[in-house]
Amino acid sequence: MSITATTINGAVPPPAGSRSFVERLRDGDEIAHLITLLFAAAILLLTSLLVYELWINSSLSRAKFGLGFFWTRTWDPVGGDFGAAPFIYGTLVTALVSLAIAIPLGLAAAIFLAELAPRKYSDSVSFLIDLLAAVPSVIYGLLGIFVVVPLMRSVIGPAIKHTLGFLPIFKGPNYGVGFLTAGIVLAIMIVPFIISVSREVLLTVPREQREAALGLGATRWEATWQVVVPWARTGVMGSIFLALARALGETMAVTMVIGNDPKIAASLFAPGYTIAAVIANEFTEATGNLYLSALIELGLVLFLMTFILNGLARLLIIATDRGGGRA
Amino acid sequence: MSDVRLMWRKSLNVVMLTLTGVAALAVVSVLVMILGYLIWNGGKSLNWDFFTKLPKPVGEDGGGMANAIVGSLKLLLLAAVMGLPIGLMAGVYLAEFSGKTFAFIIRYTTDLLNGVPSIVIGIFAYSLIVLPVKHFSAFAGGVALAAMVIPITVRATEEFLRSVPVSLREGAMALGASKWRTIATVVLPAASAGVITGMLLALARVAGETAPLLFTAFSNRYWSPGWQQPIASLPVMIYTYAIAPYDDWHRQAWAAGLVLLGLVLVANLGCRLVLNRRGTYRSV
Repeated sequence: MSITATTINGAVPPPAGSRSFVERLRDGDEIAHLITLLFAAAILLLTSLLVYELWINSSLSRAKFGLGFFWTRTWDPVGGDFGAAPFIYGTLVTALVSLAIAIPLGLAAAIFLAELAPRKYSDSVSFLIDLLAAVPSVIYGLLGIFVVVPLMRSVIGPAIKHTLGFLPIFKGPNYGVGFLTAGIVLAIMIVPFIISVSREVLLTVPREQREAALGLGATRWEATWQVVVPWARTGVMGSIFLALARALGETMAVTMVIGNDPKIAASLFAPGYTIAAVIANEFTEATGNLYLSALIELGLVLFLMTFILNGLARLLIIATDRGGGRA
Repeated sequence: MSDVRLMWRKSLNVVMLTLTGVAALAVVSVLVMILGYLIWNGGKSLNWDFFTKLPKPVGEDGGGMANAIVGSLKLLLLAAVMGLPIGLMAGVYLAEFSGKTFAFIIRYTTDLLNGVPSIVIGIFAYSLIVLPVKHFSAFAGGVALAAMVIPITVRATEEFLRSVPVSLREGAMALGASKWRTIATVVLPAASAGVITGMLLALARVAGETAPLLFTAFSNRYWSPGWQQPIASLPVMIYTYAIAPYDDWHRQAWAAGLVLLGLVLVANLGCRLVLNRRGTYRSV
């Protein structure tokens, strides 16, 4: 006897727990369901609208420059000639520099917090690190301009030049602002994300894994590095992707310290420009529809980059959540 | 021979473990340094004028950011009014009503929206609101911030509703309450502390956002009555003042930085203490 049949007859009361559509409608359940569903669908709509607006408003630039937009190196608002190459380059270089600093630092700190520190201290320190993630990016920019840039000019830059100056990436004059400075500020900003997620993933690694390794005579470090970290690697990768997506899209702190010069230079000391920075700086001054359209296309490129990275990161983290739960 | 190898392994162990400790210490000391710098530089520059006066014309020393403080509050109000209800209701849907596939899509979209760079959200609000009416407005800034509040609120709401024990729901159902009555009168009140702190965290997060306001709310050196005019906000003022070549503006940027950081950190500290006591919330 199916539920629908009983409702139509109206003779037999439906079994407990599954009430008819009409009844649920009368009680308001279906209405509540529908209303909340509409709000949830609003998020879908909002996100689609975002993509749509970026696509439509960049049409002028897409039509004029086509795929060449990606490798054209000129950015000439007066002549109406726009190419994204210097900005894509700057965005990738600053993000890579920041990862090169933040991954070892963040992973090491996460290992310390998950493996060595007593749980109580580890929790309090993680609490402080979560606070660090809450500091607004414009504050990092403020400290970048007035603390990191002078430090770069007088201490860090000369020290690097003295020791590693023979490498092409450290050649050329040091102005204080540039790829390296932006990378350092970004690294400080993304380290909390790497620590926070990696620590949680490391904590889900079963105790037996460590005990087995230690029981076989491994030192604490060997047990951590050869057993625990490999076990957690998918989640750690997820945290790194998440951090990378954030570094790519970060605007204010980078705009304030990168020097804002649309050039492709091999030296990390050279000033550069990122996608987010050029949008922040030139959007309100953009005269003419083509100029605005080119900036919006840059926004579209940035959106797609972070979209792909975030998607991958979430999949990796979901994968470890499942794997960790089973083990 | 094997002694040498053992010595090597043991010393490597000590060196690497020490390095991890140093790394953790370095990260925490960055937080201390940030706070220290802001309190030192901001404390020197903060005075009563900062909270009560309008900015002075370019070139004159003194003045304050009263309009930017009020502006930030107005923008947050807009973001709360537009963003929180949508986030709350969508969160209720995900936790209570959702099926499998559609819920996965919504959850995934929410995460992606959360990861959209804030400058791109700015472009979105610009093309949606500013472009049609052809002028910057507080309303456009509010829309941009609301778009950032929504995904954070959704995830917080869903998580806290899910943490309400099933027995509570069953109790309400057993008394004959319908599903929505159970949610409205039992589940939501039980989760309210968490949901409200989650919302506050979302607002604290967007309170410090600069990029989405640059070409939506823009800025304003005077009071901005109503919702249809460009409006000043603390983060945008910090940015403008920090990159300007005037010493007095730098001084005020530090003061504004201290006020903004103070507000954001106090909100975070309070919320996280409440949440940690309940022990369910993951921030990332």
